[in-house]
Amino acid sequence: MATATAAARRARPRHGRAVAGRAARRTGFYLLIAIFVIASLFPFYWMVITSLKTPAELNQGTTSLLPGGRLSLGSYRFDLTQTGATGINFGQALANSAIVALSTTAITVVLAVLAGYGLARTRIRGKTTMLGFILLAGFFPVLAIVGPLFLAYRRLGLLDSYPSLIITYLIYTLPIATWFLANFFSQIPHQLEEAAVVDGATRLGALRRVILPVAVPGIFTVAILSFIFAWNDFAFAVSFMDTPDRYTAPLAIVDLGHSQFQVFYNNIDAAVVLITLPVAALVIFAQRRIISGLTAGSFR
Amino acid sequence: MAARQEPAVIAPAPARGQQAPRRRGTGRGRSLLARDRALGYALVAPALIVLLAITAYPLVYNLWNSFHNVDYLNPVTMGTFAGLANYDRLFTDNQFVPALVHTIGFTVVSVAVETVIGLALALALNRAFPGRGLVRAAVFIPWAIPTVVSAQLWKAMFDPQNGFVNYILTALHLPLAGTAWLGGTWTAWAAILVADAWRNTPFMAIVLLAGLQVIPNDIYEAARIDGAGAWKTFWRLTMPLLKPALMVALIFRTLQSFLIFDVVYNMTGGGPGNSTSVLSYLDWQAFLTDSDFGYGGAIAVALVIFALIIAAAYVRAFRTEQVS
Repeated sequence: MATATAAARRARPRHGRAVAGRAARRTGFYLLIAIFVIASLFPFYWMVITSLKTPAELNQGTTSLLPGGRLSLGSYRFDLTQTGATGINFGQALANSAIVALSTTAITVVLAVLAGYGLARTRIRGKTTMLGFILLAGFFPVLAIVGPLFLAYRRLGLLDSYPSLIITYLIYTLPIATWFLANFFSQIPHQLEEAAVVDGATRLGALRRVILPVAVPGIFTVAILSFIFAWNDFAFAVSFMDTPDRYTAPLAIVDLGHSQFQVFYNNIDAAVVLITLPVAALVIFAQRRIISGLTAGSFR
Repeated sequence: MAARQEPAVIAPAPARGQQAPRRRGTGRGRSLLARDRALGYALVAPALIVLLAITAYPLVYNLWNSFHNVDYLNPVTMGTFAGLANYDRLFTDNQFVPALVHTIGFTVVSVAVETVIGLALALALNRAFPGRGLVRAAVFIPWAIPTVVSAQLWKAMFDPQNGFVNYILTALHLPLAGTAWLGGTWTAWAAILVADAWRNTPFMAIVLLAGLQVIPNDIYEAARIDGAGAWKTFWRLTMPLLKPALMVALIFRTLQSFLIFDVVYNMTGGGPGNSTSVLSYLDWQAFLTDSDFGYGGAIAVALVIFALIIAAAYVRAFRTEQVS
């Protein structure tokens, strides 16, 4: 190993033009990074700027890159408290989204923990088939199920209600959650349960008292991913929800800020900021978990 | 989620005493194995039942509908048998085939663009540099937001009067300044592509980055000692080792691109005319605008078949890679 790095050091240029070349490459590298970051975040920056404008400033059609004039939180106040021209109260929409997403997450965690544990730890037959089905369900064309579910929910009187979304969102969350947790559980050493069983616990008791505490990081990951997927849905929300005060946030954003004559971009953009904040915060604080959830077990 | 031949979750039973001991005669008379199995099935059942309910049931329902007339705007024929009429319509009504063509074209272009950019981003993030964690979070945020938000956001950016795109094009005296982006077919597709790529490239990059980070550094050291240039190292060394990650990323992105809905609904509504219609949007229209669940069912069945074909193609390609 030492000789390898020593040889590498010899191979690295140390003089004149070569060093300049390296410096240029490094500058180029950081420039590339900067471009990526700007491209990713600039649209948000622009939204925030616009969201802080008053309707008067909007009408002037200014598209300055810097916040000009007085910064106004009026759009935020409007979004969170007022009901717009189309009968939508964005604050209510955010609450709807939260209720639905949290419910979906809770149900997903419970079902996925049970199923993941069953797949990883018991000697049931047909595991390959089950896992294959779960995988397939994760790739299912979501729009294909909108129609029949619409008819079914209508018949059951569930249209325009939280359960219609909560149940449906499980197609986004259960496959990846179960797959991830099955993988996760299979990596926990058997000794943990064996010790508990030897001490007289039942399988389920062992699960609850011994395995779950160890599995908290994995459960956390699954919860975050489920929340994001449920929060972000549009296709089902637009299909099942009818009355404006049941709209979820992604749905409400579309109609928000439209009056008959004008598009209030400041209100729309404030709504964009409001809807993005939770998930952006999740990404910043939990990016490692999210990434591990998305890529778990893929490359071994 | 990978397409592997044998899931690693089939964990071998603990090897204490080679087999599960059979209890004879005591307790409820069932062996430990049987009870273990029963427990297992009970644990897995709820999740499986839910998934079956929301995938298999609608699929079967769609299949049934597709062979019948289920048009709520046409109550006379409701429920009557329609044979292959709905499927016939797919080929003759001048909606499905154009949407199919659009969808395939968009999928190919968007996946290509996102793979190239995503790979560049992954390679850049693979190098340790100060602030890398923050940069990674920053470029990952677009993925986490709702697609409808990305659509609205870019719709605003592409607004002819107030949008940033025209603002910067005008300021830099570049062509296409002042275009009504969503008013023309190719420009509308460009806008859709930007909205899709901006939101989804991070996913590609993250998966590829995970694949890159599995490659041990020694390999690069050895290559550099051997005098291999950067380009050659990349093609001969990095790419082959990256193939598994690339396959996973490609299969996800290809399917998602093929099934694109939110962006089209929110940016163009399929317009101008029908020039930006895609399969998912067409299906949604059939179900919820036209209330024709027979025709919609046929489209849905086609969608499922296409999804299976795409998945199978990638799995086959992946297996071939594994073998070679």
